[in-house]
Amino acid sequence: MPAVERPLIYANLRKPGYTVDIDCYLRNGGYEALKKAVALKPEEVCKEVEVSGLRGRGGAGFPTGMKWKFLDRKSGKPAYLVVNADESEPGTYKDRQLIYKDPHQMLEGIAITAWAIQAKQAFIYIRGEFIHGAKILERAIAEAKAKGFLGQNILGSGYSCEVVIHRGGGCYVCGEETGLIESLEGKRGYPRIKPPYFPAVLGLYNCPTIVNNAETMAQVKHVLAFGGAEFAKIGIPGDSGTHIWGVSGLVKRPGLYEIEAGKATFGELLYDLCGGPLDGRKIKAIIPGGSSTKILKVGERFKGKLANGTEFDWALEDIPLDSNSIAACGTGLGTGGTIVIDDSVEMIQALSNLNAFYAHETCGQCTPCREGSLWLSRVSKRITTGGGLETDVPLLLDIANQVAGRTICAHGEAVAWPVQSAVPKFKDEYLESIRKRQQGEAVPTLKLI
Amino acid sequence: MHESPSSSAPARALKPETLAQAPAIIAQYPQKRSATMPLLHLVQEDRGHITKEDMAWVAELVGVTPMQVLEVVTFYPMYRQSPIGRRHVRVCRTLSCALRGSYALMENLEKSLNCKRGETSPDGDFTLEFVECIADCGCGPVVHVDASMHENVKPEDAGKFAAQLKATLKDPSYGLNPPVPGTPEWNG
Repeated sequence: MPAVERPLIYANLRKPGYTVDIDCYLRNGGYEALKKAVALKPEEVCKEVEVSGLRGRGGAGFPTGMKWKFLDRKSGKPAYLVVNADESEPGTYKDRQLIYKDPHQMLEGIAITAWAIQAKQAFIYIRGEFIHGAKILERAIAEAKAKGFLGQNILGSGYSCEVVIHRGGGCYVCGEETGLIESLEGKRGYPRIKPPYFPAVLGLYNCPTIVNNAETMAQVKHVLAFGGAEFAKIGIPGDSGTHIWGVSGLVKRPGLYEIEAGKATFGELLYDLCGGPLDGRKIKAIIPGGSSTKILKVGERFKGKLANGTEFDWALEDIPLDSNSIAACGTGLGTGGTIVIDDSVEMIQALSNLNAFYAHETCGQCTPCREGSLWLSRVSKRITTGGGLETDVPLLLDIANQVAGRTICAHGEAVAWPVQSAVPKFKDEYLESIRKRQQGEAVPTLKLI
Repeated sequence: MHESPSSSAPARALKPETLAQAPAIIAQYPQKRSATMPLLHLVQEDRGHITKEDMAWVAELVGVTPMQVLEVVTFYPMYRQSPIGRRHVRVCRTLSCALRGSYALMENLEKSLNCKRGETSPDGDFTLEFVECIADCGCGPVVHVDASMHENVKPEDAGKFAAQLKATLKDPSYGLNPPVPGTPEWNG
């Protein structure tokens, strides 16, 4: 059976003639879930989200209900909700659609979440480059306030919550939750060390803070609309709801595909929905969930045992699209931003492109990441410009091994993982790239660095 | 703070409407310092870049030292301390767009706009830059010009695209329109 989409988050914005104004949203059932939520006690809303099994959509896939449970409610300090709309993981472009085409859906989720955690102030940290997106959201907030869905005395409940849009400055590391908080405080986006700076305890202004991804907010709206137990039936046990797969790179139909968790495979996504490779080409590898997830090579076999005891033996095309299956193959679902690489691509150039990204985006706080990312970038680039040595291939791995696990935030892993996963899988091709350049042979024409 | 060539010429004062917006921005936050970034965006949208005097003004308003504002300005790639051309052309360099030809596009745009990457054209019309991922990966190569996103700009269409950008120089409303389906502003 060919894969089918199940639009939930994108259901409205795909309707012809759907607009961003509140009237259009209300005509499509908007803010009904918020009415349900405020009729419940905050802890009951938290329970619904916990029962739903919803996992965060920012890349780490942490259970949302559990995250909310960690919120320190005893300190007496105000709680804050911070929505991470600083979409910047290469290959990821799902939140842009939500912001530009259906802002009220996200705002409804924010209002529900703020009620659940009793935050009187929410911030949406949006990418600085989303200039119109910030304006669309600001207009939507004003509309929602005028109708009593946000602001003072929401739906007559006596509860109030203000939402402020905060534009970033083009920094990848501000997508890391503690870097984002520093940035929101008006500082450089240097991630904070955990412990003690777990946002749920010591977050924004050292107050308890929940940081959730923009799409997670939209999902929360649907959790309340369905009810937690019903929502949990969408997808598979352990990974409920839909995932938005943002496919980019070398396929016939790159784009955003919303699929029920676990109800299709990579093969169906890439060949049925995306139309397969460009004419005359073959897919060689994919980076499944944003550039920092580990690369998967076509032709590899993935064998092992799932948490529920099921043994598996898959080709890349057989891997089911849920977070547990993908994790079992040694990589991650991440943000669902799948980058497709075909046989016209020279793998060392693709790696060098990403290394340059991470070297540009390191915040510079931790020496292994600051120095390591730069060295990885230089060494891989040196191979592409003809100055590479055979020893550069193990050198790349050696540098990456000295970065991962030695930094304050996960940028260190983001630097290391592409290298640590790609070097063992494409070592021979890298050596061939070095040899070709040494001997003056032709190299692929597609330039990536 | 070091003197930069751009700050040696006296900069004009910020517009009264820029100054007038500051108190409301600061009032949005529980702590004034949080207004640093929005105030810097405000200044840059008025002047096109941020001067030493602007940083002192922001510092005064949010209650920090000018050095603490400079720290922010130098950390975030979007903030600039020197003027740029009339149109700021940012080509996405990162992998998804590169796979779709952004390096070839950049080479062609350098010729069509008479401007090397990282530089401003001699007539001051264009500043051309490579930037990292701007979250529109399915439509690569993408080019972010001022506030507008241009999608699927193929390398072979660079000449046509450059001509389109030159035409926008005569359109004062370019990039300011609210997004409408089918226009470049639709996706940002």
